[in-house]
Amino acid sequence: MQRIGVFVCWCGSNIAATVDVAAVSEALGHEPGVVFSTNYQYMCSEAGQNIIKNAIRDYQLTGIVVCSCSPRMHEATFRKTAASAGLNSYMVEIANIREQCSWIHKDKAQATEKAIILGRAAIAKVHLNAPLTAGESPVTKRALVIGGGIAGIQTALDIADAGFEVDIVEKQPTIGGKMTQIDKTFPTLDCAACILTPKMVDCAQNDKINIFAYSEVKEVKGFVGNFHVKINKKARYVDATKCTGCGECTEKCPMKKIPNEFNLGLDNRHAIYIPFAQAVPKVATIDPNACNMLKNGKCGLCAKVCSAGAIDYKQKDEIVEREYGAIVVATGYNPIKLDDYDEYAYSLSKDVVSSLEFERITNAAGPTGGTLLRPSDGKHPHTLVFVQCVGSRCSAEGKGKSYCSKICCMYTAKHAMLCREKYPDTEVYVFYIDVRSPGKNYDEFYRRAVEEYGVHYIKGQVGKVVPRSDGKLLVQGSDLLANEQVHIEADMVVLAAAIEPDKSARPLATMLTASMDTNDFFTEAHAKLRPVESPTAGIFLSGACQGPKDIPDTVAQAGAAASKVIGLLAKDKLTCNPCTAHSDEMMCNGCSSCEKVCPYGAISYVDKEFRMPNRTTAIRRVAVVNEAVCQGCGACTVACPSGAMDLKGFSNSQIMAEVDAICKM
Amino acid sequence: MNFSYYPGCTLKNKAQDLDRWARLSAEALGIHLEELETWQCCGGAYSMGKDEIASKLASVRALQAAKEKGQDLVTLCSACHNVLKQANDAMANDPDFSLRANNYMALDTPYKGETKVIHYLELLRDVVGFDNLKKAVKNPLKGKKIAAYYGCLLLRPGKVMQMDNPENPRIMEDFIRAIGAEPVLWANRNECCGGYAVLEDKAIAVKKSTAVMDNAADQQAEMLITACPLCLYNLTKNSASETRLPVKYFTELLAEALGVKE
Amino acid sequence: MSKYDREQILRTSGVNVLKCMRCGKCSATCPSYDEMEYHPHQFVYMVEKGEIEPLLQSKSLYKCLSCFACVERCPRGVEPAKLVEAVRLQVIRQQGMNHLKPDDIPALLDDDLPQQAIVTALRKYSK
Repeated sequence: MQRIGVFVCWCGSNIAATVDVAAVSEALGHEPGVVFSTNYQYMCSEAGQNIIKNAIRDYQLTGIVVCSCSPRMHEATFRKTAASAGLNSYMVEIANIREQCSWIHKDKAQATEKAIILGRAAIAKVHLNAPLTAGESPVTKRALVIGGGIAGIQTALDIADAGFEVDIVEKQPTIGGKMTQIDKTFPTLDCAACILTPKMVDCAQNDKINIFAYSEVKEVKGFVGNFHVKINKKARYVDATKCTGCGECTEKCPMKKIPNEFNLGLDNRHAIYIPFAQAVPKVATIDPNACNMLKNGKCGLCAKVCSAGAIDYKQKDEIVEREYGAIVVATGYNPIKLDDYDEYAYSLSKDVVSSLEFERITNAAGPTGGTLLRPSDGKHPHTLVFVQCVGSRCSAEGKGKSYCSKICCMYTAKHAMLCREKYPDTEVYVFYIDVRSPGKNYDEFYRRAVEEYGVHYIKGQVGKVVPRSDGKLLVQGSDLLANEQVHIEADMVVLAAAIEPDKSARPLATMLTASMDTNDFFTEAHAKLRPVESPTAGIFLSGACQGPKDIPDTVAQAGAAASKVIGLLAKDKLTCNPCTAHSDEMMCNGCSSCEKVCPYGAISYVDKEFRMPNRTTAIRRVAVVNEAVCQGCGACTVACPSGAMDLKGFSNSQIMAEVDAICKM
Repeated sequence: MNFSYYPGCTLKNKAQDLDRWARLSAEALGIHLEELETWQCCGGAYSMGKDEIASKLASVRALQAAKEKGQDLVTLCSACHNVLKQANDAMANDPDFSLRANNYMALDTPYKGETKVIHYLELLRDVVGFDNLKKAVKNPLKGKKIAAYYGCLLLRPGKVMQMDNPENPRIMEDFIRAIGAEPVLWANRNECCGGYAVLEDKAIAVKKSTAVMDNAADQQAEMLITACPLCLYNLTKNSASETRLPVKYFTELLAEALGVKE
Repeated sequence: MSKYDREQILRTSGVNVLKCMRCGKCSATCPSYDEMEYHPHQFVYMVEKGEIEPLLQSKSLYKCLSCFACVERCPRGVEPAKLVEAVRLQVIRQQGMNHLKPDDIPALLDDDLPQQAIVTALRKYSK
């Protein structure tokens, strides 16, 4: 018989306001095997932990139940407490009476009754607990960063700086991401290229960093400390080791009407191209959908002009297999498509542009060389209307995104300000719902746009844009403060499109078994306390893949993710989870059901000799679990038809005991 | 192929051409429209009040009649189309309204929105197919620049009408291409002509129709097409634009292209 | 009276006025804005505050074209047109409050006016 102690936490008023904690500790004190039961304001505090330690000593407890918050929050805390008092960590059970009880109930009597039932279930389980000892697994001292934008670059640089190897996988031909397309950055207006390109070069030159550009992650296996990853290096049809990036081929290529992705289709590129002058790696890439040679074997001009002999029309995709200890997701964002918002006439007029297109139009390296010219006729615009929140902050049943895209207020203030600064002859209007500028020097920046640069901020929205054949855009909007409908004859309209996670994020999350929210942003392990870790061990989050973020926030998070990775890679061994599966070989019939469902490849089969009646022997095929690889998910225990497979710490009998305790009521 | 057909009040009166050319063209395309025997006027506008029951029953009866025949119900007039589709949506998705309407109807089996309502344009797109329509065209309207005028009722509310992207539609433009002409893209194609407010305040109809006509003319259209008799009325009678483009029912051009216009 | 009106209007329209985020898109897109004394966003806000009486008295009720532009373009799915209709119903459902009477119609006709206009106007303006 176990000697069990019960510790009921108030969690301040989080639990105590809805659950009668004294009644819970009193009721559970009468359960069989319980020799001590008490309640306290904050059981996780030092004083609370001392209550537990003292009780373990004074009452010779062999198991404890803490009725408190979710085990995801403090199970580790209380396990350490028990261990320091000489009790095996796995003799601790948590009854979650906060998230699963006090927070979701209003009626105190009902909540108290439920808390008691949850406590009884935990007690029933502890009766069957056995001490467990954790094993250890080695750590591969290399990190993988998926995505080579500013988030991925910063994370990689910080990890490399600590002396660990790191690989960047980037699906585009160059690293740099969205920041390469941006002209200037708020709130200091320094040039994006000036602060980004040195970091890109640092990545290329750092001998700890290896860049897989124009590559994608194809498969991820393994677990924290021991990931096995397949990377597809897409064929560039150019030998990256020979190409010098001289650009001779891109000038001579006759296929020159291919919409240029880097400039968002505002101008054209050739079939063989280098996205921009500062690309890293600076290697040409052939677009197989545009190249005549690849499509029908006619041309070959680039190979003729390449003095380095780098062109290779026969190049194939190549799969690279690598081992990693940690994986960082930095897959970033994209602006939404504007097809559903044609009241703004985006599809009808070239002069209605998205904010990212506006960046290219005002970028010194963009299609207009940085001179603000209308896309339709190349003329200088005099009146510009900016529309905020296009597709952001929409209701769930609508067509847009439910969240605030966070970056638009500030970049719109930047666009408006720069417009007025460079072209004082322009009139600039910004339609806004709210101006959200909570960041260091952010509100001051927005106010400067209004007060120093004379940008007209109008509280209201645009309802309709009608392009006219003389090039004017008739903008109809509301001015809520004046209580008027306003009509502006504009030359350009700029739409602050909502941002959404990159489309590659969802399939990647599946490969990584990392969780996502309904908007396809990666979920963090804890919204406040573990913001750069995925709930899946060994997977870390950097940048806008986790939620809308500007550059300062992204760089901060990238550094935080790197420090978490460094903390992991600095360890030689990781303590394994001792709650692993094991097979009762006498019951196993070797059917392979468990092997098929195991997501970690932890189960194999051996032929084993068994003694049979009358001194005979028989060879039988039985399952064996590799405990270093098993993550304790329990899929095999459910799949096993003969009941041979069981999970330590969560055995079938323990779970049934919990269910019985709940159903006894 | 046979479909139930709901013409509506105006098509029996001031907009007989819209109806006649639609029927002739349908026959030419191998589609037979069977007019519902006992249809009643839809009321012209969908009563948005959730507690408005009686004013929606005419629509429910038409929908039930089509259900009994086991046919999809084809509409032509934009207003009828809007009212029938919204009423059908309410019967399927608003349990409170559906229950009360069914109590009035006292049917053996309650009507729960089973009938599929399709506009004549949807019939051309989804049943005939614009590619097949193109092949059936005998007199392509080559070189004609036509502005498709959707108005407000054909596409909105988009969630209920489910006909096309309400802000960036293409069904009428694709129709125009299929009959050999060239569609003009313009912003006011889905803005209101002033509608029934012409009886309340003619100035509204003048202002709104003018804005529509001006925009079409400005984008070099030679003609507008519509599916709505009230749009046609407002645009032809009340537009104060300097340019008065002809406004025609899309079925007239269809009949012309198919060579069935007498 | 006003509280009763407010509840009735919310029930008839099925609109949840609390979903409004005050962006003004409804009034930005409204084709009848200039003809209205109270604009679509004000209908939403005034019903929320229970200021029903001015709306009941207002000619704005008869200027809405039921074009669904505000319904389609509202980012929060508030559906202001349904609120305007519910307020109008609150008025015309009362005895003697029909805004358009059958006797008025002959004077409004011309040779081309489609039947659709008459039935729609009757539905919108009278009970």
